[in-house]
Amino acid sequence: MSPVETDVKTLVIDGKEVSAHAGQTILEVARENEIAIPTLCQLDGLSNVGACRLCLIEIKGSNKLLPACVTAVQEGMEVVTSSERLLKHRRTILELLFAERNHICSVCVSNGRCELQSMGQQLGLTHIRLPYRNPDLKVDASHERFTVDHNRCILCMRCVRACAEIEGAHVWDTMGRGINTIVITDLHEEWGESSCTRCGKCVQVCPTGALFEKNKIGADHPKSPDFLPYLNMMREAQ
Amino acid sequence: MSQTITIDPVTRLEGHGKITIQLNGQGEVDSAHFHVTQVRGFERFSEGRPFYEMPSLMARVCGICPVSHLLASAKACEAIMSVRIPHTAAQLRRVLNLAQMVQSHALSFFYLSSPDLLLGMEADPKVRHILGVAAAKPELGLAGVGLRRFGQSIIELLGSKRIHPGWVVPGGVTEPLSAGKRDKILSMLPEAYAGIQLALDAYKKIADNFRPEIEVFANFPSNYLGLINEEDESIAFTDGALRLVDAKGAIIEDGITASRFTEVIGEAVEPYSYTKFAYYKPLGYPGGCYRVGPLARLNIVKRMGAPKAEKEFVEFKQLAAGPVESSFHYHHARLIEILFGLEKIEEILADPKILDTHVRATAGVNRLEGAGQAEAPRGVLHHHYKVDDDGKMVWSNLVIATGQNNHAMDSGVLQAARHYVKDGKFTDGMLNRIEAVVRTFDPCLSCSTHALGQMPLAVSLVSADGEVLDRVAR
Repeated sequence: MSPVETDVKTLVIDGKEVSAHAGQTILEVARENEIAIPTLCQLDGLSNVGACRLCLIEIKGSNKLLPACVTAVQEGMEVVTSSERLLKHRRTILELLFAERNHICSVCVSNGRCELQSMGQQLGLTHIRLPYRNPDLKVDASHERFTVDHNRCILCMRCVRACAEIEGAHVWDTMGRGINTIVITDLHEEWGESSCTRCGKCVQVCPTGALFEKNKIGADHPKSPDFLPYLNMMREAQ
Repeated sequence: MSQTITIDPVTRLEGHGKITIQLNGQGEVDSAHFHVTQVRGFERFSEGRPFYEMPSLMARVCGICPVSHLLASAKACEAIMSVRIPHTAAQLRRVLNLAQMVQSHALSFFYLSSPDLLLGMEADPKVRHILGVAAAKPELGLAGVGLRRFGQSIIELLGSKRIHPGWVVPGGVTEPLSAGKRDKILSMLPEAYAGIQLALDAYKKIADNFRPEIEVFANFPSNYLGLINEEDESIAFTDGALRLVDAKGAIIEDGITASRFTEVIGEAVEPYSYTKFAYYKPLGYPGGCYRVGPLARLNIVKRMGAPKAEKEFVEFKQLAAGPVESSFHYHHARLIEILFGLEKIEEILADPKILDTHVRATAGVNRLEGAGQAEAPRGVLHHHYKVDDDGKMVWSNLVIATGQNNHAMDSGVLQAARHYVKDGKFTDGMLNRIEAVVRTFDPCLSCSTHALGQMPLAVSLVSADGEVLDRVAR
């Protein structure tokens, strides 16, 4: 007779013994136990894609770093969420993000409310050691209400997921590979010409100033991405 | 043997510039130029940006007078939107602009020029600065610091930030004024009045000692351009239309609105400076060149429109039968404008409507072109934008006060150099006077650089007997 499979896993995160349900991610369990792991692409209410790699963690017995948002807990795991090595990697990831496109905080619509900016401050980023790429990226202002500025996009895919998973429209997707990837609407039509439902969820979930409402600048553009779990809850209740 | 005297950098200015004086074989001044040696490229890199980002983008031109750029830019955007902003928003913007005028003039007079005026042109360069003034005349040093703080505090109260406030937006301002903030501003006024009175009294006492300088500090007839309140011909900083007068004070053209500006004002380019030279098109270049700024404004208006400043204005007008010509008097005009600023801020805040909460109009792109103008502390500022159907910038042009004063500064440097450099000989005090000519205009070089291209730079190495040993040019 084989032993009964239990639903409960026990593991150690940063020296603390914790228990979790099978199928939960390390990120979820860490947060339940008030252990903070930095993230950018992850957003409650959306699926996880492991795009930003900020939530990398160490697992004892493995030399490989794993993203906490998409790694399921296993019985007996020993997880380290903060170490010199991890901090170094996380800072480098941020530096790469800042160097990749044109992030000019002082004149950005999200200055002071940007998740990328706050993450830089949180992780003590003072300089970008890499040369800036300064790509020549266009702004699409064809939409009646919203604008996309690819210069500020970090390819977190929140807009793509919110549009597909919550709104069900799947207008946003990506085009190109690697460093040349950009988010597009429909089959790379202008946003104003696309099948956009104008719900604005993508704007609300965008962590930077890449997606924003027209005619809004700086101080008058707060975003509230925390409504997604409630939308999901209400739908499930119906 | 020819010789070049280079003053590089010119000190106590906002931005980077240099002066070169070319001597001929006899050691007499052949030519002299004031050069702006940087290029910034704001007009180019704003292309493709949404037009309503322009105020915050353009304000980054300068940390001293970002408010002027915010206002001229917001007005150009409002022309594109075709909206008229709410009355209270317009009044609040006026307060913001006056506050900036006070702080910037205080910076120019006390921090940059008062060392020359109060300690003397010949004073030891080691003490010829604001701290030297504070040590020698503590009450004036404190008045200067106080007036600058007054202006900056108002900007911070209104816009939450002292530099580059994001409060001015196309359509108005983002937040109304609270009664608490208004009362705080009003409570700061008595100290500011005392400070400016002290400075005016001190300046008028010493001005006579500078008769020789007044004679040669860009002292020549010219045209003058500035904003005017069309209702009563009083001084205007934020709204109104431009008036151009000639050397005798007669009106050449009145009612130049922002949209008509490019019809009448052209810009010439000289190979030795990144700053363009603005001129009145019907009179051509350089005949149509003119001066802007405090001296020009006081030369074009009939009255100040505030009682205390009016009294000082009447006294100022006694300096000459027609327009006051020597640029040395920019200092005096600047102090009168500070006093006017204080009075006008008090007057605007006395109106209970200033607390109205309707302070913003909204609209999309209704025109593909728009222009806005305002008076910066150093003179007329003009922003001109063109956008596409989506409201993205396709072209912009900024005409800056310093570009409009450029020809006068250049001629002023030559006039002073001819006077002070004799037989190829000069002292530090004389060179300081030539720099001081430029300081009277309070130019802002960082926002004035616009002409793109290779600027010839020549450095000459001259031996003691005047022989040119080496010459590097690019």
